[in-house]
Amino acid sequence: MSIIRYEQTQGKSLGFYALVAGLGAFILAALASVYFMEHNGHHVTGMNNHIVWGLPHVFALFLIVAASGALNIASIASVFNKKIYKPLSRLSGLVALALLAGGLMVLVLDLGRPDRLIIAMTEYNFGSIFAWNIILYNGFFLIVGIYLWMMFERRMNKYSRKVGIAAFTWRLILTTGTGSIFGFLVARQAYDAVIMAPMFIVMSFAFGLAFFVLVLMASYKWTERPLGDAIVNRLSNLLGVFVVAVLYFVAVYHLGNLYLAENSGVENFVLMDGGIYTQLFWYGQIILGSLIPLALIYSPSTKGNRSMLGLASVLVILGGIAQLYVIIVGGQAYPMELFPGKEILEGYGAIALYAPTLAELMLGLGGIAVALIAIIFLVKVLPFLPESLADDVADPHHKS
Amino acid sequence: MDSKINRRDFIKATTATTAGVAALGAGITLTTYVNANENPVTNEKRWGMLVDTNRLTESDIDGMVTACQKENGWGNETHSTGDQKASWIKKIKVKDTATQRISNLALMCQHCEEPPCVDVCPTNASMKREDGIVLVDKHRCIGCRYCMMACPYDARSFVHEDITNQKEHMPRGKGTVESCTMCVHKVDKGGQPACVEAVNSDAVIFGDLLDVTSNIHQTLKRVQSTQIRADLNLNTAVRYSGI
Repeated sequence: MSIIRYEQTQGKSLGFYALVAGLGAFILAALASVYFMEHNGHHVTGMNNHIVWGLPHVFALFLIVAASGALNIASIASVFNKKIYKPLSRLSGLVALALLAGGLMVLVLDLGRPDRLIIAMTEYNFGSIFAWNIILYNGFFLIVGIYLWMMFERRMNKYSRKVGIAAFTWRLILTTGTGSIFGFLVARQAYDAVIMAPMFIVMSFAFGLAFFVLVLMASYKWTERPLGDAIVNRLSNLLGVFVVAVLYFVAVYHLGNLYLAENSGVENFVLMDGGIYTQLFWYGQIILGSLIPLALIYSPSTKGNRSMLGLASVLVILGGIAQLYVIIVGGQAYPMELFPGKEILEGYGAIALYAPTLAELMLGLGGIAVALIAIIFLVKVLPFLPESLADDVADPHHKS
Repeated sequence: MDSKINRRDFIKATTATTAGVAALGAGITLTTYVNANENPVTNEKRWGMLVDTNRLTESDIDGMVTACQKENGWGNETHSTGDQKASWIKKIKVKDTATQRISNLALMCQHCEEPPCVDVCPTNASMKREDGIVLVDKHRCIGCRYCMMACPYDARSFVHEDITNQKEHMPRGKGTVESCTMCVHKVDKGGQPACVEAVNSDAVIFGDLLDVTSNIHQTLKRVQSTQIRADLNLNTAVRYSGI
């Protein structure tokens, strides 16, 4: 394997400025939406006292979950010592930080009182998994920042494995924390399952990698740098494995719930007659977000085709957003079991209605735009991307 | 040099004045709320409520809801849609699926001994007083709504719009979460919650659960009662009989 040389992107082309302008427009739209929602109050959103977390939270949690997953590539290189992934480590750290920043932006800007963020940073209830998450997110920025420094600074390279292990451990705890936001809610039928924590970890593997693959392929195509099949095909295989792993956890989660009679109502709701949630589950999450990407990745006719891998990654991301929509919004739409053995005739118990508004959608998309613009600027400023990832450079076992 | 000494003197003088004003301010506060000082909130009391659904009529419940709205100034939000409007207390009608028996009850914050809303609140804005009343500190609430996700009783509301004509004793704020306070402002002065006062019979009893001489303690000892979602082991302060 030859020495990897990293180089900034030029970022001077018309395409670059068009991309920045496009993303900037999304960010402006997001900020306008925030002003609209905060000025008027949340009555202008579709959220209400029953669906308290809506579309912004779907995007925020998707981005946060994907963030920790995007770090996997760096972890595979430094923790598990797979040399072929090493040239991707810097980008992996960057994508992780950018996604987290985007996710947190959405989360914070949807608060009823975002101006009180300082309270969230200074006043901790250590019994709250949410407070722990604030610490975990801040710590993630710090640790991944140090990790990137170790990778960038030649003198520090020798510590990158140790810091990499710390970052890997931290990200596992972080996603456990994110999953536990739901796993610990005893009163809600759809949550209250410890399996949510490991399921979120596996979801992060898939979503983060899908995002990473798209960023990698786009940046190499647009900067006209060589990107060999050795790396791309490995990432493609890995994505397939992660998608199967998510399916496994989803199956165990639902089968486990079906076994308990008390949860048959909510299972019936999600799997059979939940309207939009059932459709999003089967068509969005399972077919579009899992089965079709798997077919694209493994079927002989599309295997190795980059456009098809790109499509598969986009579908995994859309499926992931559908999955989080079903978990977050669907889980709230189904009423809590207030009186076991009794039917509630009046006052509570209907399926809660939620129609997301444009402002909520724009805020969520703004989070993705923030993540992308951060990546685009930082690869221009700092040498994140190897100038070549051609097979003879990247693959330690390459035979020419 | 001179200017430095002057600056130091200035700082000294300012500090002394600030400390003086603060001390005076504290003194004024203590005088104003001397009652709270004499009767500190302790865990020797636990305020609770017993709702007898056999005696509580539907119009009683409507009266409870109206009294709460009037006392605490919620329910007149103009922009919020049905599910966005505040709802501190509501009427629930349930039918036993096996026996077809129908009961009506008023559902509000159950003031749990182990409140999930307090557990999950990241900023300690959701809190439980020593006497068991669960409240939201509206200056600390960042509006994350995690408490609403955690509450098993659908008892909390988020303020979805600007609020005008608030009650002096019950500040509310756009972007924060609120719920039944057990009319803490009345209870601290020896009164009863507005909803309890609104019912003309003994169908709703309020009192100190720990006081063996209290009506509520005696009644709970005598009649069969239940907690909603007793399986969650939250030890609620609001109890129901007849369901």
